[in-house]
Amino acid sequence: MRHVISLLIENEAGALSRVSGLFSARAYNIESLTVAPTEDASMSRMTIVSVGSDDIIEQITKQLNKLIEVVKVVDISEAAHIERELMLVKVRATGKDREEMKRMSDIFRGRIIDVTESTYVIELTGNTAKLDSFIEAIDPTLILETVRTGVCGIGRGDRVLKV
Amino acid sequence: MMVLTGAEIVIRCLQEEKVDYVFGYPGGSVLFIYDELFKQDKVRHILVRHEQGAVHAADGYARSTEKVGVALVTSGPGVTNAVTGIATAYMDSIPMVIISGQVTTAYIGQDAFQEVDTVGITRPCVKHNYLVKDVRDLAVTIKKAFYLARSGRPGPVLVDIPKDISAAKCEYAYPKTIAMRSYNPVIKGHQGQIKKAVQLLLEAKRPMVYTGGGVILSDAAEKLTKLVRRLGFPITNTLMGLGGYPATDKQFVGMPGMHGTYEANMAMQHCDVLLAVGARFDDRVIGDPAHFSEVPRKIIHIDIDPSSISKRVKVDVPIVGDVPEVLEDIDKLLAASGSQPDEKALKAWWKQIDGWRGKDCLKYDRKSKLIKPQFVIEKLYEVTKGEAFVCSDVGQHQMWAAQYYKFDKPRRWLNSGGLGTMGFGLPAAMGAQLAHPGAQVACVTGDGSIQMCIQELATCKQHRLPIKVILLNNGYLGMVRQWQELFHGNRYSESYVDALPDFVKLAEAYGHVGMRIEKPGDVEGALKEAFKRKDDLVFMDFASDQTENVYPMVQGGKGLTEMILAEEL
Repeated sequence: MRHVISLLIENEAGALSRVSGLFSARAYNIESLTVAPTEDASMSRMTIVSVGSDDIIEQITKQLNKLIEVVKVVDISEAAHIERELMLVKVRATGKDREEMKRMSDIFRGRIIDVTESTYVIELTGNTAKLDSFIEAIDPTLILETVRTGVCGIGRGDRVLKV
Repeated sequence: MMVLTGAEIVIRCLQEEKVDYVFGYPGGSVLFIYDELFKQDKVRHILVRHEQGAVHAADGYARSTEKVGVALVTSGPGVTNAVTGIATAYMDSIPMVIISGQVTTAYIGQDAFQEVDTVGITRPCVKHNYLVKDVRDLAVTIKKAFYLARSGRPGPVLVDIPKDISAAKCEYAYPKTIAMRSYNPVIKGHQGQIKKAVQLLLEAKRPMVYTGGGVILSDAAEKLTKLVRRLGFPITNTLMGLGGYPATDKQFVGMPGMHGTYEANMAMQHCDVLLAVGARFDDRVIGDPAHFSEVPRKIIHIDIDPSSISKRVKVDVPIVGDVPEVLEDIDKLLAASGSQPDEKALKAWWKQIDGWRGKDCLKYDRKSKLIKPQFVIEKLYEVTKGEAFVCSDVGQHQMWAAQYYKFDKPRRWLNSGGLGTMGFGLPAAMGAQLAHPGAQVACVTGDGSIQMCIQELATCKQHRLPIKVILLNNGYLGMVRQWQELFHGNRYSESYVDALPDFVKLAEAYGHVGMRIEKPGDVEGALKEAFKRKDDLVFMDFASDQTENVYPMVQGGKGLTEMILAEEL
């Protein structure tokens, strides 16, 4: 099962490597990991997408909690939540492809944020599935490069991850 | 407020923490700290001969007391040499603070002389570690290190101090208390869960108590003993938990696991309620977890570390908390309930256990003309009246010591259970002897293990440590040989230790007393004579039966009750 684990961690040097080291040392999966400071600069918030059985995910959350600098851990995928990912795609945009690419970008509610005579950079946000389907929808030979942030997530409604 | 250098702050902090011994080895990046050590006499420094020895000695000191062990090493190779010791302490949850030197801040990352990424290298084998980049953070970091090392599930904490930080000055004040929003170990157990546990214990027909190193580390032996006596249940202590319950008591069924007793393993497997206390269902203790789970039983698991619970085996009643607190709560609740365990069922259960005991699984050939290693341990037990601190290395001798020396008290049995570090015994014995100057300290070792930290014989000489080295010399890496005999068709690949030194001469070369014992009839006399020499380190080389194996044995990956017994061969 795919899980989205959110955690707050002290914004100390090496904090990220403690988390990533834990995953590799114990042979846990990381599909994606995002991290940045929160509104309180002393803390960072991390979103980790991992795949594993319930037992493994339970161990992952326990092991994360055991890290001295981790303040709080929540598996936000246990309840209603929102996931978003940002993707930038640089595509070839010449001739008839230029109009087609613009159309596809509009359909997916993307924005073209860089334009040259032969290329576009399209910015797209959404959940992982939406970004995947955009990639599938466009002609793969036109893709020059893609970059994705990985998932960041937040619980719906009153559920709050805060100290 | 006074202004001090970083090095002065380090020493002040150690004094504040009431550290009496630091085990270490000097080098370039810790010279300022060593200079401050020189100028005072409250914190005594024990100069080892290899950094691995420093960490094991600090470890032995910590295991044999309730205190935090302290080691001090230099940057680069000082740290890498210390890593084995740190990993050993981490696996066994030993409270320890390691202070390491680092190259000057401006040189970090430039591949400077004796530079290594200490925080990176040690990260997976410490409870936590710090690189101090500002001298103003130094005192609070050391305070945190001691707090983390001894609280919660204990463990080693490393503080890496660049050379310029130890020279820089700042105002010094040692914080009295520490609070960390990210670290708050649970002490008190959940009362609802404790109630459930008591209910299960009272309803049990075939109860079993299984306790590990957590009982020793949390100093819960007394409370455990009281509770188990009240219940009248059988109890087993793991390799790390020996001494948690008196081994000479009739309720004690021996150690469980790969080389556990027949009765302990059978009772672990066939009980209907298992009370696990400060133990982690290690692969060497329960064997194959699938086989172990085939028999339905209810498990109550008390541990201060939530991640130890339901890690290898599903648990019915998890109780996160400090072992002595939880045991006391259970005891109180039991007393208040006025109920007693099912006496009739318990009687039948004991009858079954006594049947298993009848196998006498630890019997060995007492009439042998060769020295049987088991016999040496039995005599060691008699001669020391069961009062010695027994430090062990890793291998067959370790298992024999665990099986045949009956530990009635906690903190008397010091061994590397988790990591299985050969070379641990002698330096650990140094730490234990320093912590208990008048006490009998034995290092039970093998001809392979002793050579992994033999250089510490010089440290013993320098600091006059009258350790008794009990070398069970069979000329083999015995445990490797045993596995090769049983599972690799008698192909003794590289397990014969050819060209052993003359250990008597070797001991003498280091300035100690050496003895070679070759006949069973001489064992007791030699041991008595050795322990009479209260001021001397006596190195006893026992020419042991080369073919002796450790039984019972559960092969790695097999079920706990799939034991090989001596009689079956």
